[in-house]
Amino acid sequence: MAVERTAGSLPDLDRCRDLFGAVQAAARSLGVSDVEALFAAHRDALTRFANNTIHQNVAEQAQWLSVRVLIDQRTARATTNRFDAHSIRSAVEQAAALAKSVASDPNLLALAEPEALPDVARYDQATAEATPEDRARAVTEAIRVVESAGQTAAGIYSTGQTFEALLNSRGVSVCHQETLAQFSITAMAQDSSGWAKASAVARDAFDAVELARCASDKARLSRNPREIPPGRYSVVLEPAAVLDLVGQMFGDFSATALEDKRSFLTGRLGSKLFGGNIHISDDVRHPLQAGVPFDGEGVPRQKLTLVEAGVPRQVTYARGSARRAGVAPTGHGFPLPNEIGEAPLNIVMAGGDTPVGQMIAAMDRGVLVTRLWYIREVDPYEKIMTGMTRDGTFLIENGRIVCGLRNFRFNQGIIELLNNVEALSPAVRASGEEAFDMVVPAMQAREFHFTEVTRF
Amino acid sequence: MKELALEALDCALRRGVSYADVRVIESRERELSTKNGRPGNVSSGESQGLGIRVLAEGCWGFAATDDLSKPGVETAAQLAVGIARASALAKKRDVALAPEDKYEVTWASPCRIDPFSVSVEEQLSLLLAVDAELRRNPGITLAQTAMAFHRSRQVFVSSLGSVIDQTRTSSGAGFEALSFREDEIQKRSYPNSFGGQYQLRGYELIGELALLEHAPRVAEQAVALHAADQCPEGRFDLILDGSQLALQVHESIGHPIELDRVLGSEANYAGMSFLTLDKLNKLRYGSEIVNAVCDARLEHGPGLGTFAFDDEGVPAQSADIIRNGQFVGYMTSRETAAAIGQARSNGTMRATSWARLPLIRMTNVSLLPGDETLEDVFGGVSRAIYMETNRSWSIDDKRYNFQFGCEIAWEIRDGQRVRMLKNPTYSGITTEFWNSCEAIANRDHWVLWGVPNCGKGQPEQVIGTGHGASPARFRNIAIGAAYGG
Repeated sequence: MAVERTAGSLPDLDRCRDLFGAVQAAARSLGVSDVEALFAAHRDALTRFANNTIHQNVAEQAQWLSVRVLIDQRTARATTNRFDAHSIRSAVEQAAALAKSVASDPNLLALAEPEALPDVARYDQATAEATPEDRARAVTEAIRVVESAGQTAAGIYSTGQTFEALLNSRGVSVCHQETLAQFSITAMAQDSSGWAKASAVARDAFDAVELARCASDKARLSRNPREIPPGRYSVVLEPAAVLDLVGQMFGDFSATALEDKRSFLTGRLGSKLFGGNIHISDDVRHPLQAGVPFDGEGVPRQKLTLVEAGVPRQVTYARGSARRAGVAPTGHGFPLPNEIGEAPLNIVMAGGDTPVGQMIAAMDRGVLVTRLWYIREVDPYEKIMTGMTRDGTFLIENGRIVCGLRNFRFNQGIIELLNNVEALSPAVRASGEEAFDMVVPAMQAREFHFTEVTRF
Repeated sequence: MKELALEALDCALRRGVSYADVRVIESRERELSTKNGRPGNVSSGESQGLGIRVLAEGCWGFAATDDLSKPGVETAAQLAVGIARASALAKKRDVALAPEDKYEVTWASPCRIDPFSVSVEEQLSLLLAVDAELRRNPGITLAQTAMAFHRSRQVFVSSLGSVIDQTRTSSGAGFEALSFREDEIQKRSYPNSFGGQYQLRGYELIGELALLEHAPRVAEQAVALHAADQCPEGRFDLILDGSQLALQVHESIGHPIELDRVLGSEANYAGMSFLTLDKLNKLRYGSEIVNAVCDARLEHGPGLGTFAFDDEGVPAQSADIIRNGQFVGYMTSRETAAAIGQARSNGTMRATSWARLPLIRMTNVSLLPGDETLEDVFGGVSRAIYMETNRSWSIDDKRYNFQFGCEIAWEIRDGQRVRMLKNPTYSGITTEFWNSCEAIANRDHWVLWGVPNCGKGQPEQVIGTGHGASPARFRNIAIGAAYGG
């Protein structure tokens, strides 16, 4: 059956149920009774600016139907963005043909059964309905702030909505809809720059002008940057820097990664690994979090204690890895078939009560880091990461910021870093470019390892 | 597809725009992987959609949709024009485009064996055989293999009157072997890390890679690394294999020459470039033997950056980037070429799908081969460190300071490998590094490598790029700082 589509609309669960009827009918005609369908749709717009003008301004609308079949302990997936009867049938046929090409897997589980989902509400009508003019006006005001300081602005303002539903032939029928707004701005002066970024379910949760002022102030304060030699320094890492660096380790909190012996937690789970002031959970219900409350098989996400007082306690389990370990799944699996298993996606790192200003005031000599960039793993077991500072790196002396600094390259082990944390600020929703958004604090740490200095 | 594209173009032009182009794309992909003897990802996908780009009131607007009904296309055209008019709220000056001709062309990339005509059973059978061969070595704790195939047909039409129908087919495959022992994870990959080798070719590429033949050696090296000496810290002469040098070219030549970066378009995300306009034709980028081109033509090879026309209707070209060490050219678009007074774009605008706006992207940015034999490259100095296969990569947002890690290294004495070294890294400043280039191996050792995961733009677009390189030697390079101190 073909299902009518209204131009510009996203599907809802009723429409997905109709589409799933077509998927099941096609599967039954092939003699396939076990079938799962993932529906996803989004409508996003992004206004991009540089050199104090809007230079790229885009909108996209897309939807997908991804069908997975199980045939005699074999599984495979086919995806299409066409929802007419022929395309749906074709996707089911392709999934079935692929599945029949695969060797039988005695460990493959039957489709998931229905379970109650965590209740999360993450939809803001005003964000869903934001217009190009709304974004252009906010961007114009932000540019005015930076331009009036004699600087040049670049950045983005995006608004969008997503819809995701998962249905299967054993009765799972779950969906989630949410909105997301992001504003990011870089202010550039002659030899310095500053940056600020925010993201939220609702676009009125942040103020573009305030973010522009923050970026502009950082650019102004870091002009005429000094070069100091690389070495080990005390640092204050702002939340975006914490997010982008510490965020690199969470893919290892995965039962499948442990089975594969590719996780740095191999042989370390349950042992004291970090400082006693490190507490990290995965919590889809946290009020500052975003994202889908079920996993790639429709299993509800559970709250997990990943790190308790420096001890890695829990890892994520998909249904398959949970069965192999003899435990319950945690609702963190990726859509099957896949080789990576599962991962936590709603990180909440507990904060402390030391504001950034107080960290700076208490520091004899150190470096304030706004943001880190191009972070890559140097060593997978010691979790040594390399990367650069960017857009606002400052020298702290005698409890105050004295000047901007030329940017450093760092080579820093995350395990070592999380043993050197001396103070934490209250946690906030942070947004960077190297890891997905998380709830994290700013961090004061000793002996951060800067290994080289660049030319700016 | 052509009728749909022309209909969408007409929808935009009826709304009074000064320029419009439309890309209608149908794409198909297949992804297969195995892990420790079992299938991993076994999936296929198909997609259709269109993107409409317009210039109205001197500003760009772009809208994309997969709703290909008449009302869906009308809505997208209306949105693209509305977005362009909203952009005018923050306009400084009208966008100007370098002139371009009108083309009516149909083109398909060479594909001797259609990868979609080869059965999944046959493809999985090869991957599982490689997987089994890797695990015959008891020290291997994780064996992974993968293949990926992609085909897209794109019809581009523009208000200049161009109608360009292109079909591109790409293939790729590779494997990796991990060995965990005590407190260390070591890895070897073949023929390259991060998925293997990718080219604009059919299934014939997979056969030429000889995956099964290389599996025992790769597994043995992964295990042997545990007992190898740590790569020393200090300054040494450095020899890089072609695949690592291809990534070095990508990061420290390819990205800096993107003219949109130079002009500030990427300042908030991917960053800018040290190659400011004053450096064109003046900067000594590298030593006399360093020559680099940006070449999208099929004559250069079947790279991931090979095509007949870019995504704003400009023909594939070869542009000199570094000539005898001198910096002589950027990668440009119609807008950026006009912005710096050049007569014509050199054709590097590409988008990852119908849903995304074309941006300046590396086509095939290649280091041209030198004159030296491999024996000359290795034997030209009494002592050097030779590194092979990328493990980590990072560079600052203006592309000065870089650091790379490789999977394996050897100390070279008088042209011979005398000991294996683990955890090798090297770092430097882009122009100092290229000016230290002393020897480049000849065309016999030159390979057009595919980098499948180049990210740029907001919203981000991850695209494949091509980079030709042969092994080369560099003088007095900083090695080992990542593990030092």
